[in-house]
Amino acid sequence: MAVCIAVIAKENYPLYIRSIPAEHELKFHYTVHTSLDVVDEKVSAMGKALVDQRELYLGLLYPTEDYKVYGYVTNSKVKFVMVVDSSNTALRDNEIRSMFRKLHNSYTDVMCNPFYNPGDRIHSRAFDNMVTSMMVQGC
Amino acid sequence: MEQGPAAAVGTAGAVGAAANAGAPAAVGAAAAGALSSGASAGYCPVPLPLSDSEQQCYSELFARCCCSSASATSSSSSSSSSSSSSSSSGHPQPPPEVGRGAPLPGPAATAGANQVGELFRASQLPAETLHQITELCGAKRVGYFGLTQFYVALKLIAAAQSGLPVRVESIKCELPLPRFMALKNDSEIRYSNPVEFHGMKCQIPYVTMEKNSFKRVDDGEKQDTMSPTMSPISSPPSSPSNYQRVPLTYGYGKLRSGMDQIHAAPYEARQLALQQEGPTSGSHGPKPTRRQTSLIRSLSVEREPQESNSNYPDDPWRITEEQREYYINQFKSLQPDLSSFISGSLAKNFFTKSKLTIPELSYIWELSDVDCDGALTLPEFCAAFHLIVARKNGYPLPESLPQTLQPDYLQSAFLKPKRDCALFDSYSESMSVNQQPRDLNRIETSLKEKVDLTAPAQDVNIDDKPALKISSMDEAMPKDVSVDTASPKDLNTVKARPRSRSYSNTSLEEAMKRVEEPPTPPPRPQKSHSRASSLDLNKVFQPNAPAAKPGLLPPPPALPPRPFVSQVLHHNTSNDSVSQPKPPGQLPSYSDFRLLEQTDQVSEIELHPQLTRTPSQTEESGSPVKKDLPPSKPIRRKLRPENQIMENQEPPSSVSGPSTVPIVKPHAPVQKQSSKQKKAIQTAIRKNKEANAVLARLNSELQQQLKEVHQERIALENQLEQLRPVTVL
Repeated sequence: MAVCIAVIAKENYPLYIRSIPAEHELKFHYTVHTSLDVVDEKVSAMGKALVDQRELYLGLLYPTEDYKVYGYVTNSKVKFVMVVDSSNTALRDNEIRSMFRKLHNSYTDVMCNPFYNPGDRIHSRAFDNMVTSMMVQGC
Repeated sequence: MEQGPAAAVGTAGAVGAAANAGAPAAVGAAAAGALSSGASAGYCPVPLPLSDSEQQCYSELFARCCCSSASATSSSSSSSSSSSSSSSSGHPQPPPEVGRGAPLPGPAATAGANQVGELFRASQLPAETLHQITELCGAKRVGYFGLTQFYVALKLIAAAQSGLPVRVESIKCELPLPRFMALKNDSEIRYSNPVEFHGMKCQIPYVTMEKNSFKRVDDGEKQDTMSPTMSPISSPPSSPSNYQRVPLTYGYGKLRSGMDQIHAAPYEARQLALQQEGPTSGSHGPKPTRRQTSLIRSLSVEREPQESNSNYPDDPWRITEEQREYYINQFKSLQPDLSSFISGSLAKNFFTKSKLTIPELSYIWELSDVDCDGALTLPEFCAAFHLIVARKNGYPLPESLPQTLQPDYLQSAFLKPKRDCALFDSYSESMSVNQQPRDLNRIETSLKEKVDLTAPAQDVNIDDKPALKISSMDEAMPKDVSVDTASPKDLNTVKARPRSRSYSNTSLEEAMKRVEEPPTPPPRPQKSHSRASSLDLNKVFQPNAPAAKPGLLPPPPALPPRPFVSQVLHHNTSNDSVSQPKPPGQLPSYSDFRLLEQTDQVSEIELHPQLTRTPSQTEESGSPVKKDLPPSKPIRRKLRPENQIMENQEPPSSVSGPSTVPIVKPHAPVQKQSSKQKKAIQTAIRKNKEANAVLARLNSELQQQLKEVHQERIALENQLEQLRPVTVL
């Protein structure tokens, strides 16, 4: 079950960040922020390789004793970072992938809204609902 | 004034204990106390007895009217303070004091004229009655609506609504509370002041009480229908606050009684809301007036369909006929092709004019754009527009798109003919997919039957298009249309569209009407023909954007020559298709039928210039007139289309008409009968030749385009080849 989901813009500021247990919000913010370094590292490691679906998913960024952090980057360098609880029976990789895919689709829908300016915080209710569903059941 | 405080105390204590809406009650009670003391001193000659409920109601209304105006803060702050004090009720002294302190601005405060006017209009009384009331209550004399005037006016309204004559004596009686259709007022209050929620909540019970004492105009069944409509109110899960729906139900219930003002009020309110905050740009300027006229027209004419329409009045998410018409017109203003969609940026600019906030608009978009493609089709656009209208009227946006606003529901609804509202009855509350094919069949039959379309030509054409989509009624519909559109008005509109592409039509008008009816390919494949369309067919299609798909047989790009060529063509083909040239007797009759309706001269003029050309081409006829005419032949040929067009529509006043007629008439009127047939045949032949020429030209142009497209394709393939090795690696 994801405990924190964040959408980071290309310039590395958050477009959307939400975490489940409210008391750890600050901790998750910090975690996501530090994970951006890892994301950049992985992205630069890819080099000029082709960008396809496989490359968008970055996989496990780094694990800690409490949780794991997964990353996903889109073609427009918008990053999705997901923090999942380690105590959970380990979510399989393709589950994480599917979650990221759903995130990406929802993000695309948000983008399609002409009233959304890229670079704004995301306030879409549909996006919120989707993220909530992901955080509650983690699928 | 000792009576004043004592009375105030008594009433305040009683009311404060009884009612649960503390603030307005305290204000109202004290205010009523002040009123009774002030009324005797005031210029209202009769002391105004008010019952407890009346006091409450009136004070709320007055507070609402006051609060809506500038003096919101004082009364709201005073009401909140008095509510806090009255909650600790056991001290009769403080509440009246505070309460008395509160209305000190009260009697001196004046209800805003706008709000009062709207409130009075919402009482559905005729205008003269309202004038009488305002006069009687003394507002006219004083020039403003003070507390006393307002209360007297409310009492008079109640009297008038109960059927009593509007007189000062009426207010002495025990009267029920005045009834207002509080649609817009509620929304205004919701928007402006959340404190007023209490006031509204208090009024709603009065509303529900009043529905039972409905001594309104006509149908007793309305009472029965009122209660069923109340129950569905609680059911829509999408609206979190049900009580806000009640005023709308109330209003829609009144709608059924068929009073003009009721119906006008919400739409007026909506119009006002949209107009005042509406756009200032030019594209919107003419629209409100058009909408008004369309609404007024529909209001005055379509009373019966409205009855059947409002079978589902409880659902504010259901789009009514006028609303749909308006939305469709707005869609057309942005995107003339109704089957295409409006791009996101265009829609954004348009909806931003509604002055809703961006987050709200964003949410509305999210709700209405179900396929999330960043563009709005017609149903999506109507849903979005409807949501905006609802939001501006104060309805909270639903959590999810209501079922009546779903695109598939709206799509099927749009296929219904606009005036066939009887079909609405077929749409029960649960719109199942099964019903849709059945409704489509009914639409077919109804469209077939519907001959007397009084709508302007555009609407007819729009109706035609979905009809064509449904079934292949190509032949049936145009015939109906052509029968109707012999009126000059339609010919005028057709004249505005010179393009017509009828190579196989049976009548002239039908040919001209065909601008809308060429079989439309599915809406997307424009991409493949984009090049072809970009050449010059776009210019051709510009004046007739709907159904302008380049995949069709387009008219030749040479647009100007078309009208008279096509006229000739149509006449020719009409002649041909109607009857063979062999029985010549019918041809002149057909041409006469078309043209001689106006006068004889028209056909003469038409035939003679054509005759003048035949000698040069094939044979010569024996008309003695032609000798005079050859020199002026080319001129007359150009004049002829104007002649034809003009004379088709107006009494012939052509240039060459009078000149040729005197020449023609004296000569051989007897021979006309036989030579006419020959001329007609020659005309037909010549027209065929012209048609051939036109088609050949068209063919060559299309070949040219095809060649260009081929070349393009080759170039693109080359490019692809060059790029490919790089990517594959």
